[in-house]
Amino acid sequence: MNTTWEPVIGIEIHVQLATESKIFSSTPVEFGAEPNVRANLVDLAMPGALPVLNEEAVAMAVKFGLAIGAEISETCIFDRKNYFYPDLPKGYQISQFESPIVGRGQLSVFLDDGSVREISITRAHLEEDAGKSIHDRFRQHTGIDLNRAGTPLLEVVTEPDMRSAAEAAACFRQLHALVRWLDICDGNLAEGSMRCDANVSVRPAGDTGFGERTEIKNINSFRFVERAVNYEIKRQIDILEHGGEIVRETRQYDATRDMTFSMRGKELSDDYRYFPDPDLLPLRITKSFRDSVRASMPELPRQMLDRFVADFGIDREVAARLTSNREIATYFESTVALGAAPLLSANWILGDVAAALNRDERDYSDVPVSAQQLADLVKRLEDQTLSSNLAKDVFDTIWSSDESVDEIIDRRGLRQLSDADELSDLVQSVVTAHPEQVEQIRGGATKVVGFLVGQVMKASHGRADPRQVNGLLKRMLNI
Amino acid sequence: MQELRRDLHDRKYSATELAQFYLDRISAFNDRINCFITVDEEGCLERAAEFDSQFGSSTTQPLCGIPIAHKDLFCTAGLPTTCASNMLKSFIAPYDATVVKRTFDKGTVSLGKTNMDEFAMGSSNETSFFGPVRNPWNLNRVPGGSSGGAAAAVASGMTPLATGSDTGGSIRQPASLCGVTGLKPTYGRVSRFGMIAFASSLDQGGPMAHSAIDVYELLAAMEGHDPLDSTSADVSKTILPESNQSLVIGYPEAIFDGLDKNIAGCIEEARAEFEALGHTIKSVELPHVEAAIAAYYVLSSAEASTNLARYDGVRYGHRAAESEDLIDMYCKSRTEGFGLEVKRRILTGTYSLSVGYFDAYYLKAQKIRRLVRDGFLTAFENVDLILAPVTPSPAFEIASLNKQPIEMYRQDLYTIPVSLAGLPALSLPCGFVDGLPVGMQLIGPHFAEGAVLGGGIAFQNVTDWHDQHPALEATLGS
Repeated sequence: MNTTWEPVIGIEIHVQLATESKIFSSTPVEFGAEPNVRANLVDLAMPGALPVLNEEAVAMAVKFGLAIGAEISETCIFDRKNYFYPDLPKGYQISQFESPIVGRGQLSVFLDDGSVREISITRAHLEEDAGKSIHDRFRQHTGIDLNRAGTPLLEVVTEPDMRSAAEAAACFRQLHALVRWLDICDGNLAEGSMRCDANVSVRPAGDTGFGERTEIKNINSFRFVERAVNYEIKRQIDILEHGGEIVRETRQYDATRDMTFSMRGKELSDDYRYFPDPDLLPLRITKSFRDSVRASMPELPRQMLDRFVADFGIDREVAARLTSNREIATYFESTVALGAAPLLSANWILGDVAAALNRDERDYSDVPVSAQQLADLVKRLEDQTLSSNLAKDVFDTIWSSDESVDEIIDRRGLRQLSDADELSDLVQSVVTAHPEQVEQIRGGATKVVGFLVGQVMKASHGRADPRQVNGLLKRMLNI
Repeated sequence: MQELRRDLHDRKYSATELAQFYLDRISAFNDRINCFITVDEEGCLERAAEFDSQFGSSTTQPLCGIPIAHKDLFCTAGLPTTCASNMLKSFIAPYDATVVKRTFDKGTVSLGKTNMDEFAMGSSNETSFFGPVRNPWNLNRVPGGSSGGAAAAVASGMTPLATGSDTGGSIRQPASLCGVTGLKPTYGRVSRFGMIAFASSLDQGGPMAHSAIDVYELLAAMEGHDPLDSTSADVSKTILPESNQSLVIGYPEAIFDGLDKNIAGCIEEARAEFEALGHTIKSVELPHVEAAIAAYYVLSSAEASTNLARYDGVRYGHRAAESEDLIDMYCKSRTEGFGLEVKRRILTGTYSLSVGYFDAYYLKAQKIRRLVRDGFLTAFENVDLILAPVTPSPAFEIASLNKQPIEMYRQDLYTIPVSLAGLPALSLPCGFVDGLPVGMQLIGPHFAEGAVLGGGIAFQNVTDWHDQHPALEATLGS
């Protein structure tokens, strides 16, 4: 008997909020500084030092909550999560346990096949990051760097709504795009600005209960999430099919070997002795604070998608891709605002621009072609100054030059032949020069027309419109 | 202190001479009484000389040139801050506590740091790593705690002003046992920034001195909103009321059960004094007072257990010399660094926060805390102040209770409910029993320090209990 297994996946994302200073101290947040130079009395947990909540972190959390349509707590509590670790200077982490700042919300996740999955977000809470233990720098000793200690984190927890590794990775990617869209995180995965934990279990297809789960910790790329979860799904199915049992545990993904392995053995659940931090009063979020955050928010991707469909008459799928991150959307909007046709602009941005970015390993935050250049290109295509072939030519030029599209067209004489007389003269001369082919065509070999079109294009240095040439030839040869 | 200020102003003596006078008393008596952990002779004389050199120019601060002693849990940049613990015996803070900074800015001259119970956990000053403080009125008796060093230093004339801290009675009880005046302000009145935490939701720094008027002046220098302490209240400064206001003073007779008969007699006399001053006495009920002690020890220990987690030997404080691995280093450092009472509280606190016990202990204690607070708020609907005892007995003998933690905890029976409610209370002397001073408390509604101090000042205008001083020269020689 063959069981079909269904994976069940939920993820937790730690989002480092891009605040000026730390969540409970005035120390500026800075990645890559000399060890321990970005740590003040509070970050070092000096005796007598006290935390003071950074309002900017609260505003960013509220922003995220509003963006996923979640309820924002009117009053929420900061708790102490107690455990000993050398890079946790106070011996506890200030976090939120029972009353997170952001309640239940929804996230639309776009999958590669163009479909959309609605994923429920369980909650998001504020907490402080720990420092770093450095094991490889001093012989026989561990170094402690507390620069990161106190960096604000928003921990976003999803429901176990995902059914494949690809969905889990897409969800991570969508959250990444959203926090970048909201400008609350720099999204730099390599520097650990977003870290993903994945909870994975499998169950026989059709079951509604959950299998025992494992948690893969600290995955820092979309691709690794997909690989790690896939590995874990296969590992669990393999164990179950051999009559084994899944052990609840924390696992780590090793990218070089492409496998997950157990971080700790089986143990009793940790007792973090959560209780409300008496150094911080309950946080009250007033309606006016919420309203002011809302007023400072950019248009959300979902709203923008609807607007693109309504205003520009483009497909939902195209609009979804245009709003999949803020840089693309901004690029598109700027191009259209400069008078370029929306649909044609969208095709260029998602087609040629995307391909070129991909080729050069760049992204939309860093497109070398300005919106003005692209808008001009699209306009010259639209008014038939450029043929589509020449447009690609010009695009290649502006990819590495600031020159204006019109200057390039004029300098290189690329203006499409639109003058009817000039074009028919050119066609006439090609017909005269190729009597043999004309005979063949008249004899029924209509395919040869293509050859003549090619000759006209060559003679016009690509400036003629091939369709127009085709029509003229057919009329002239009466076929 | 009023007199010192006048004399300094009249140039009867210089700030240096004044500082030297106190330093001389410290060197004469501190060996026996042990109320200072660190004496900052050099810093003190330097600062006093500064005032003398600029006398008459810019020295208009209210406490200009007046000596002060800080309890050794207020961080002082450059001077050890030990919390009377082996854990921090060589800890030098890189910064000043807000209280230290503010009193400095008001012109005080710091003599040094006073002894206390380790991490402020104790009611007798016997848990100090630096040895017990002795009561200046009788050297075989305890001075009370945890601000025992501060109270003894004021009582023995080693400083005119002292800072203390009160979590469950740590200013009021030693003030009472040493015959000095001390105020536990409303929770949030005085910044906790730089005051090493014992139980964050209860800890409150406050002033200690000979008289209520001096206490008021020191409070004025300490109080005020501090953006570095999220629990610090943004309220207006304490203002003393007009004199001759007639108040209704609550008298909770029911809680006098178990009180030493002679102390009850002293309180009775004080009550009559208040009536003579034109105030009305009204009986009030304070429910849940018995349950308050248990709730207090659960909550304060729970908070302490995590407040003290930072003393792990990693960044500062005591680190064991040899250890096998990380866990071994934690265990040894903390075992060696903390004393018995501190360990007891960390263990109880850890237990009450653990899964399976949290509801029965921590949450229940929070409920009791709310009931106690509500009880006081109800009482204050009908009265302006409440008059109550501070301690169930006068100063007890050293080593008589230190093996009986529960008995020791009961010393705070009358002070703890006030702490749980976060209220201001002034402890001031009101008589003697067997040659030992006893005090009483004037408790007020939240942020009514003005009324509380006004009541104390009025009482001290017509009594002289606060002007009694132990005859140290006679008992110890000078």
